[in-house]
Amino acid sequence: MSDQLIPIYVMGKRYDVPEGLTIMTAMEWIGYKFIRGCGCRGGFCGACGTAYRLAGDYKLRFGLACQALVQPNMHLTQIPFYPNPKTPYNIEDIKDPVETLLTLFPEIKKCVGCGACAKACPEGLRPIDYIAAALRGDWKTAAELSFDCLMCGLCASRCTGELVPHNIALFIRRYYSKYVRPMPANLLARTKEIRDGKFDNGVKKLANMSEEQLKKLYDQRDFEKI
Amino acid sequence: MSGYPASMQESIKKLNETRDFRLKQEIPRLPFAEREKLLHAHHPDYRASANAEVHLGPNKGQKLTLKLVQLLEAKSRLDPDKVDLNKIDYDVDVLVIGGGGGGVAAALLAQENGAKVMLTTKLRVGDSNTIMAEGGIAAATKEIDSPERHFMDTLGGGRFKNKRDVISALVHDAPLIVEWLKGLGCMFDTHPNGDLVVSFAGGHQRKRVHSCKDLSGMEFMRVLRDEMYNRQIPTLEFSPAIELLMDDQGNCSGAILLNMETKQYYVVRAKAVILATGGIGRLHPNDFATTNHYGATADGLVIAYRAGANLLNMEAIQYHPTGAMWPHQMLGQLITEACRGNGAQLVNKNGERYINELETRDTVSSANLREVQERGNGIITPMGTQGVWLDTPLINIRGDAGKLDRMFAGIVRRFGEYGIDVRKEPILIFPTQHYQNGGVEIDPYAQTCIPGLYAAGEVSGGVQGINRLGGNSLLDIFVFGRRSGTRAAEFAKKRKVGKLTLKHVTEYNHQLEQLGISNDVESPLLLPNYMREDIKQVTLK
Ligand SMILES: Cc1cc2nc3c(=O)[nH]c(=O)nc-3n(C[C@H](O)[C@H](O)[C@H](O)COP(=O)(O)OP(=O)(O)OC[C@H]3O[C@@H](n4cnc5c(N)ncnc54)[C@H](O)[C@@H]3O)c2cc1C
Ligand code: SF4
Ligand code: SF4
Ligand code: FES
Repeated sequence: MSDQLIPIYVMGKRYDVPEGLTIMTAMEWIGYKFIRGCGCRGGFCGACGTAYRLAGDYKLRFGLACQALVQPNMHLTQIPFYPNPKTPYNIEDIKDPVETLLTLFPEIKKCVGCGACAKACPEGLRPIDYIAAALRGDWKTAAELSFDCLMCGLCASRCTGELVPHNIALFIRRYYSKYVRPMPANLLARTKEIRDGKFDNGVKKLANMSEEQLKKLYDQRDFEKI
Repeated sequence: MSGYPASMQESIKKLNETRDFRLKQEIPRLPFAEREKLLHAHHPDYRASANAEVHLGPNKGQKLTLKLVQLLEAKSRLDPDKVDLNKIDYDVDVLVIGGGGGGVAAALLAQENGAKVMLTTKLRVGDSNTIMAEGGIAAATKEIDSPERHFMDTLGGGRFKNKRDVISALVHDAPLIVEWLKGLGCMFDTHPNGDLVVSFAGGHQRKRVHSCKDLSGMEFMRVLRDEMYNRQIPTLEFSPAIELLMDDQGNCSGAILLNMETKQYYVVRAKAVILATGGIGRLHPNDFATTNHYGATADGLVIAYRAGANLLNMEAIQYHPTGAMWPHQMLGQLITEACRGNGAQLVNKNGERYINELETRDTVSSANLREVQERGNGIITPMGTQGVWLDTPLINIRGDAGKLDRMFAGIVRRFGEYGIDVRKEPILIFPTQHYQNGGVEIDPYAQTCIPGLYAAGEVSGGVQGINRLGGNSLLDIFVFGRRSGTRAAEFAKKRKVGKLTLKHVTEYNHQLEQLGISNDVESPLLLPNYMREDIKQVTLK
């Protein structure tokens, strides 16, 4: 934070704030106390999506208030909520994934490939690409391309085709992770051993030892190599 | 151009020069007794100002972390006389308080076990510490690993203060939890043969942390939240619990919620209540920066305490060894332990290592504080703050050229925005408040000492002793979230709620008056206030 003050416009109202603050800390510096529009404060939860323009530039920009720094003559508003309802489904019972996708999200066919979504994404993701991959049936690519999605909803707020890209992506990732990448054999073997009670006595024995005995064993552990 | 000023680059030069030597250097782990010495000398919990005695309630006479005591000795923000308990707004079997990973897991299991469930939370569902977890979840799933080994590491990590019956449950359920999450469609990191990737975290003798890139908590949280919506479990957002309700038989029987937007209160009657309100970071214990989300203000501890639940190990706070120190905008944000688990080293201003990086967090943090505060080996920033280096380029050197981009894309991107290329340059770090080790005491079924009240996750005490191991918290919240959901649903089937009362709140306020304790704070705090000081002075209520 520096002593230099710069003008910013919060929902049209001018304030002079120190350079070097994030949009979120600048608003708090002004005197806002957030109820909405602030969650993790670390760029993970997508609560703080913000739209802004810079003076003299027509371009509409997007960022996370907890990450993006204030800039001189920034005109901003938060978009703390966007109506993105989702249709419930049963993950345990999906027979035909493509048919399910089209039933749950029929609007997916309305994607016109305009790319407005990619311009809005604060994570630099390209919903246009993961939606295209999904439509091609390449769900692996769709899952991987969308993985970093915070579900902030900014793409949905801009979508020409009225899609909710992040909800589509979540369905695809869940289906792909559950059904296309099967449960690993070593994990299944271990959970069977657990259910059979294989380790119960071993753990019980440790739990009943004296602290002194345990401290000795603790110092004698053999570590796997890095 | 690098994001580091020239003054800091001097030290980076030394770090580069010693890298070949450090790659071959082995630093043995400290024996338990040596670790204790280091902690007593340098861990913030041992500062004279860290803890204070609490003068009333179940832990009366004990020392607890100071910022919590201030809230425990504050008046309730609810005036019990102004509440009409005859007007019930919601009537359910199980009320879950808190919409992080622990709460959502509890809600799913309570519903599966036949209960009519409602979940209420302070911000949005998922705005929580859970969503921020990077490294992953611990479980002994590999053949060379076992629940016994996991037990031993957890107990020693917790400095032998964990409840042994509770950690027996923790390590038992761990592989089952990974299987459950995978079955719900969480996208775990996977080897080409289908096996799950596991990494080291400090204090574990085996690689056992299962990750979803460096967004593990986010992946678990969004999948569980989606599942909760799929199952149409009712949720209330921006409606924190501000007190618990009891009935005339001494059972926990619901809660008073506050709609933070309209300021209306709601009366929720429930046959069982699950507390999953998370941690304490936003109180800034010992005035440290924190990694925690905006709502981590110890509300659950305060309301459970007023209702008569005892706290365990609340003198023990976890400081994570590697919080960001530069750029200043990222102050206190977490640099995941998985960096060290994958070979990054800690280095002082002279280019020297000073601790085995895979010691437990209390130990590594204390070593970092010693390096800066006692030995004067910190690197000074233009803000006048100090830190030590985390040599991230080693991750690619020891792995392969793409490893940082593949596993730590978030870190690469976030520092990239400030002109720092963590593939080529180190990160400046300093300990940051991270986790509440103790909390409301629970048994292996997540039951507190109050009938009808369960606690799961960071708000609970006994699981982690006085120092948690990496990966053990995501595990904790799902193990005890699930167990609490199951138990609460069973308990709800057997019981009838008596006459509702807030007598415990009235009595608590009365005791404060009698003790002559008065401060101008009201609790639970709900949200921290980050307005600048001179503005706070001139705002009207
Ligand atoms: C940055 C970061 C990284 C981490 N990385 C890891 C990791 O890699 N592995 C690991 O095992 N652990 C990790 N942890 C720890 C772990 O994520 C948390 O301890 C755990 O997720 C806590 O889960 P929880 O459900 O108990 O609480 P939370 O997830 O914090 O959820 C609590 C919820 O309760 C709500 N709440 C609070 N007060 C009230 C109230 N009065 N009424 C209603 N609702 C309320 C909160 O807003 C929040 O939604 C990390 C933590 C942080 C902060
Ligand atoms: S893809 Fe959409 S919802 Fe996801 S982070 Fe980008 S803008 Fe937000
Ligand atoms: S904005 Fe909508 S319509 Fe346009 S490319 Fe993106 S998803 Fe398709
Ligand atoms: S507050 Fe969570 S992403 Fe900004």
